[in-house]
Amino acid sequence: MPIIVDERTRVVVQGATGTQGRFHLARMQAYGTHVMAGSSPGKGGEEVNGVPVYDTVEQAVFHHAANASVIFVPSAGAKDAAFEAIDAGLGVIVIITEHIPVHDAMDIMAFARQRGACVVGPNTFGIISPGKTKLGIMPAVAYAPGPVGIVARSGTLSYEIASALTRSGLGQTTVVGLGGDRVVGLNFVEVLKRFEEDPETQACVLVGEIGGSAEEEAAEYAKSMAKPVIAYVVGRSAPPGKRMGHAGAIIERGRGTFEGKVKALEAAGIRVATLPWEVAGLVAEVLPEGPARNGNGGGNGNGGRS
Amino acid sequence: MKLYEHLAKEVFSRHGIPIPPGRVVTTPEGAAAACQEIGDVALKVQILSGGRGKAGGIRFASTPEEAARQAQALLGTDIRGLRVERLLVEKKLQIDREIYVGIVADGASRRPLVIASVAGGVSIEEVPEKLIVRQIIDPTWGLLPYRTRQIARRLELTGDLARQFGDILVKLYRVFRATDAELVEINPLVQQPDGTVIAADGRLNVDDDALFRHPELPRVEDGTEMELRARKAGLSYVELDGNIAVMANGAGITMATLDIIQHYGGRPANFLDAGGGAGVEATAQAIELLLSRSPRALLVNIFGGITRCDDVARALVTVAERRGGFAIPLVIRLVGTNEKEGQAILQEHGFEAYRTMDEAAAKVVAAAAANGGQA
Repeated sequence: MPIIVDERTRVVVQGATGTQGRFHLARMQAYGTHVMAGSSPGKGGEEVNGVPVYDTVEQAVFHHAANASVIFVPSAGAKDAAFEAIDAGLGVIVIITEHIPVHDAMDIMAFARQRGACVVGPNTFGIISPGKTKLGIMPAVAYAPGPVGIVARSGTLSYEIASALTRSGLGQTTVVGLGGDRVVGLNFVEVLKRFEEDPETQACVLVGEIGGSAEEEAAEYAKSMAKPVIAYVVGRSAPPGKRMGHAGAIIERGRGTFEGKVKALEAAGIRVATLPWEVAGLVAEVLPEGPARNGNGGGNGNGGRS
Repeated sequence: MKLYEHLAKEVFSRHGIPIPPGRVVTTPEGAAAACQEIGDVALKVQILSGGRGKAGGIRFASTPEEAARQAQALLGTDIRGLRVERLLVEKKLQIDREIYVGIVADGASRRPLVIASVAGGVSIEEVPEKLIVRQIIDPTWGLLPYRTRQIARRLELTGDLARQFGDILVKLYRVFRATDAELVEINPLVQQPDGTVIAADGRLNVDDDALFRHPELPRVEDGTEMELRARKAGLSYVELDGNIAVMANGAGITMATLDIIQHYGGRPANFLDAGGGAGVEATAQAIELLLSRSPRALLVNIFGGITRCDDVARALVTVAERRGGFAIPLVIRLVGTNEKEGQAILQEHGFEAYRTMDEAAAKVVAAAAANGGQA
């Protein structure tokens, strides 16, 4: 069973009439995601790829029982879009938009907390439950259904690792992109908790990076987990004080260093891969023997694990 | 965007936070005049780096002549690798107590976080954990006065000092929100012998992503000339001290590429994240930017998602045609969206491309070493 999103997820795409929105709406549809509606202020009544577009998210919920949103709205309007989605009662809100002001992100997370909404991102590639649904911009070819849960801060790096796992016959239950910004919604601990509770996930992969303390917190939580966790962390060669592309990826005040993170993860019994292509091998070592590992053989239910 | 101390203090002052009287000067004469007007002064270099006191960037003077002499000694020098162009000449404070207080946009709690300590005056990293008070603030409601009283109590501040501290903290929170700050900091917040409290130093780092809505704030450019050029072109570029230029797409994979180069014994010269979906011309410009630093070798590592491999291949061909070929070893790894088209374009123009990061990284390290040997 995947976590957070699955075949019951009914999506409204916010910013559906923009270039990115149109492109990825079609890609998501092609993957099998139930894209019910789009929303774009002033564009109500239009269609994108056969999907009706409304002026407000509220209408998309009313007419199509949408329960999740993917936001492609440009950064200056993204806070408004996220508040609209949360206020409309959507349970899962995936914010693809990058360069959202950090104070807007803090406001979004505060409102989401009050309403119990799950926010993924901002500045994320999204979330995919292979074979079921994808809410985001990730290339579908990198993934296959299977028993591994992946949670990553970074997009392209997680494609790299997911595709290596897929090539090794290790499919995924769900792959979650937390987002590269300093303030994001879902964090490692919350995602690991859900993987721990998910009967189909048998091992977790954590892809972290320097900066902040999210990996250290994940390590602390992982001590209580029954399922094995494999980690890979980037930024070993990053000098302090330099922001390495992501707003969050910066060693500040001597905190958030590569060494500190690896030490915390290893102290929690997590094996940390030195190189990205070692991840698949380490996962194969910790996976329980027996069940079909990949969607190629119809992984769901085939191994009788759930 | 980091603001210089004097600019941060101007913003603080506009929000009612007391600051010492001072003048920004660029010449010894200016420093003398400021001293004449103010009396006993501190001359503080205006650079975007902490630890300037330890590095000799703060001097004192009692007479205009002394101020001019001290200014002469500071202006034009390099402190912590940064050229000193401006001094803040400020009234020298009498100090009874030094307090640290700051507010950051905190990733762990996703909320504003107040950090305070009675062990002010030194870098907060050097303060023992038991002397640090932290308080998360809900941005929905903001920082109400009762919170400042709680924080003051935990700091064991009492009476009028606690009252002034609370008043300044509420104002500092207003600065934090009003300027879209990632960080505001007063260190030290000084209690003077007469009991009044004043911000002796100030830091204000504004979120770059929010600058569009702050035309009222000054613009401070921080970074090397190349970093500024890249920023103007919309690229994420970071300069490092090695000799292998690296272009990749996405911050995570770029960092991983640097790590792997180091793993194989190479040293990355820089970090260029071409981001998602850059077109042919933007990618070509990115490559030109990297080459202008005269690296020993160039590694292009692309896992195309939004980025299309054929665009990257065309960009490489464009650059090769403009420059009459690459003067340094070029190692390409190109997979993902439109991979076949990209590989075909490269082959047609006599470039070879690797399929894995591993091979490509090992190859570029060897190539750079070989090229360095000839130089």
